[in-house]
Amino acid sequence: MLAILDYEAGNQTSVRRALDFLGIPCSITADPDVLLGAAGVIFPGVGAAGQAMEELHSKGLDRVLGEVVRTGKPLLGICVGCQILLDYSAENDTSTLGILSGECRRFDPSWTDESGRNLIIPHMGWNGFQRKKECSLLDNVPDEAEFYFVHSYFPVPAPELVLATTFYGREFASLFGRPGLWATQFHPEKSGRPGLTLLANFYAYCNEVAHAQ
Amino acid sequence: MLSKRIIPCLDVRDGRLTKGVKFKGNVDIGDPVDMARFYSDEGADELVFYDITASSEDRGIMLRVVEEVASKTFIPFSVGGGIRNVADMRAVLLAGAEKISVNSAAVRTPEIISQGAAAFGSQCIVVGMDVLKVDTSQSIPSGYEVVIHGGRTPTGLDALAWAGKVQELGAGEICLNSIDADGTKEGYELTLTRLISEAVSIPVIASGGAGKPEHLADALNQGLASAALVASIVHFGEYSIRGIKDILADQGIKVRQVW
Repeated sequence: MLAILDYEAGNQTSVRRALDFLGIPCSITADPDVLLGAAGVIFPGVGAAGQAMEELHSKGLDRVLGEVVRTGKPLLGICVGCQILLDYSAENDTSTLGILSGECRRFDPSWTDESGRNLIIPHMGWNGFQRKKECSLLDNVPDEAEFYFVHSYFPVPAPELVLATTFYGREFASLFGRPGLWATQFHPEKSGRPGLTLLANFYAYCNEVAHAQ
Repeated sequence: MLSKRIIPCLDVRDGRLTKGVKFKGNVDIGDPVDMARFYSDEGADELVFYDITASSEDRGIMLRVVEEVASKTFIPFSVGGGIRNVADMRAVLLAGAEKISVNSAAVRTPEIISQGAAAFGSQCIVVGMDVLKVDTSQSIPSGYEVVIHGGRTPTGLDALAWAGKVQELGAGEICLNSIDADGTKEGYELTLTRLISEAVSIPVIASGGAGKPEHLADALNQGLASAALVASIVHFGEYSIRGIKDILADQGIKVRQVW
């Protein structure tokens, strides 16, 4: 069973619908026992870093997330749930979870796209990716596939954590982490078949880890 | 590099598609959920549903449609039509839509845009604009006027000024429909599309007038639109989304080709 961390993030039900469609058992929960007992945890997110941190903090979920990572339980952060795994976010000048080293910066509207026009912010729509390191989440995802993005801030993790990058005004890390602790800036739950494949890969990894223990 | 989006638009009344959507010998054509799956499988980048349900009592039917679409397709979609306040927006978002589109309601009560953006984020709020070409005047210097109620009621608002205003209020996107071009199949209104796209820093979806793939290319290239809405050009099986994308890609336009 996968646990979807419940902190009233806008996309948590979308994640659940995608898992339901895949036949992956899951539950949206803020219960520490359920989170720590699950095969893996998905940490969704839509909204602003400051508000998300407040919400987590007020429910003590920041500590639970720390515990999930310490016990080696697989974790997948999505969008804001990806960004706030880092140390700091320029959004609302927020100190974030510090589970992975790096920070989050804002796209600069003076940057230009390939045609020389100023960037439209947020970065919203479908964009591709380039693999930088082997990552089992991308197994069976074609190189030319694209993912759905909606964000105004982008993650800048420590270089050794970068798994795949995407170009928007500049190259940024759209997938980062290490085995069992992953973060995607894009929304796999809204990225059609490639996104569903990534979620299924995450579940498969969680099951392997659970069976190995 | 961000892809240009192709967005089929589906009109729904009382839970069923209104136009006689026809395909060359396949697919049940009346069910919005089936159509959503069909277009998603064909490579649509996003979907738009317009709920033209007459009575507010039947709103619940639309919410069920939204929920079912969200449970069976995993691409973003927006819902417009009859959304009057933040509570309506919340209901549609909770049912599984990514975005809400407001049109007449935004003209009547512009604060609905800022309230929606504050509650759910700008990326959720699409403002639909129906625009008619008129003589330039002191109140309509651009020569393009915003109209509501499907083009029947003039508002006295200049389209260019209104586009700036909705951006300022927190709209995340503008869906720009030319009433003059709508239904002609002779191409999008490129002058209007470019005028608005250049004036705002949020994405503009071109709407109205698509008759062949080259028209989409024009709206995306000359019109500087981020996305193009399509309806009858795909609903009647004349072109497929995949076919349109192949043609756009041949012309050097970046579109999503693997899904």
